[in-house]
Amino acid sequence: MEKFDVIIVGAGLAGLGAAYTLAGQGLEVLVLERGDYPGAKNVTGGRIYVNPVRDLFPDLWPDAPLERFIVHEGVTLMAKERSVAIDYAGDELRQEPHQSYSVLRARFDRWFAEQVEAKGAMILPKIRVENVIKEKGKIVGVLAGGDELHADVVIACDGVLSLIGEQAGLHPAETPHNYALGIKEVIALDGAKINDRFHLQGNEGAARLFIGEVTRGLFGGGFLYTNKESVSLGIVIGIEDMMEKGGNLEAPALMDAFKARPEIASLIRGGATVEYAAHLIPEGGFKALHPLHGDGILVAGDAAGFALNMGFTVRGMEYALASGYYAAKTVLKAKAVGRFDAETLSEYGRLLQESFVLKDFQNFQATPSFVNNPRFFSHYPELKGNIFRDIYSIPAGPKERLYPTIRKYLGWGEMWAMFKDFREVTKI
Amino acid sequence: MNDPMDLKAKLGIDVFKPGVAAHIKISPGREKDPRLQKMAMICPAGLYAKNDRGEVSLIIDGCLECGSCRLVCGNDVLEWAYPEGGAGLQLRFG
Repeated sequence: MEKFDVIIVGAGLAGLGAAYTLAGQGLEVLVLERGDYPGAKNVTGGRIYVNPVRDLFPDLWPDAPLERFIVHEGVTLMAKERSVAIDYAGDELRQEPHQSYSVLRARFDRWFAEQVEAKGAMILPKIRVENVIKEKGKIVGVLAGGDELHADVVIACDGVLSLIGEQAGLHPAETPHNYALGIKEVIALDGAKINDRFHLQGNEGAARLFIGEVTRGLFGGGFLYTNKESVSLGIVIGIEDMMEKGGNLEAPALMDAFKARPEIASLIRGGATVEYAAHLIPEGGFKALHPLHGDGILVAGDAAGFALNMGFTVRGMEYALASGYYAAKTVLKAKAVGRFDAETLSEYGRLLQESFVLKDFQNFQATPSFVNNPRFFSHYPELKGNIFRDIYSIPAGPKERLYPTIRKYLGWGEMWAMFKDFREVTKI
Repeated sequence: MNDPMDLKAKLGIDVFKPGVAAHIKISPGREKDPRLQKMAMICPAGLYAKNDRGEVSLIIDGCLECGSCRLVCGNDVLEWAYPEGGAGLQLRFG
């Protein structure tokens, strides 16, 4: 029987963030990763916001293999036959330090794992953890690849399905309610072409979200991020909505329909798909967070539910990194007093409470119900599209006055419904 | 306009390492479960297929390991696990 100080399940951002923070502190740290290499199973949309985690990992960022820093933020309301797009650009987004970067996780995580190993933690890839080992209600290790591996504390960073937390008895098996399915293609495209098509220079990047017809009115949307020599393009769709209202819609076909939209097709023309991936995304926010600790166990990253849809921004990776960091800090404190019981490990929740992580989740706890409003996914894109169609359209004869053109879409019933929808914003 | 790529062609681009056994199986006798039928629509790799008798079958090759089917079907309809260590999808971009 082998005994470690800490076993970390999963070499994603939470697990690697925890291992990086623990490495070199005199503890025996083992990271178990089921992929062929760290990053082999990890997917993002995606973009990482560096500001909240810059100081937690100060040495990491200068050489990190990030893709492009984002200087254009776009939102497109997609109706069936038209779309309305907002493009935000600001000088502050061009200034260093850049606040967010597009990223490809297989590359980033593999590199991050090398930094973790250089600091002295051990990472074993190709090892699937089958179960936790429990003694008198306390988690004392894991069963992995047929071997019993013991540790003072297990940090479950096993990703969105949170099987370790389930096996440890922290929460029941997850149900579709709080989850969305992301489908993504990485489409290789020449860097110069990307710069021309997205109005970028050098290593600048663009991020775009799409809402509406992408998901045929169901919860979700589309996304596009420019990488150095590729574009990450995908859709997100609520699993419960798909089950209850999806009818004959097939998720892979929605992705193809999105690609075929003229707004998208012109951006990816000539590009070749080099990878097709899918991943679940926690969408439940604060109310859907899992218990963060138990006797001998801490939970971080997606496994804890640390992903947040804020409407205009969708975030997860910085919460994974930070929760891994605070899990590690908790373990160091526990080691100092030699106790790994639930009460000692509850320090983790306190550290997260004092950090941006739980503050964000609390402040934005109304967003899941706000963004789950079906009117956002069909009614508003069509309405805005129709208003702009009529504003821009010039008939053969005289054009109607502007006010009646708009007013005919905004009756009292519509105005009242809009007021009610946007009153919800006051809760966020 | 790009022709929409066949789903099989998309999966053909990905790198998969073979496992010794299927990591997800439909529990015997549950082939007609309505939740499995939903997976014919939801599975991003299109691995669930329904026949004329309403029975759903699963071909595991090309599984993207997203976990949607575990959420939708639960653990009684599916015997669900990740592929064993080192097997299954190996992302190069992510």
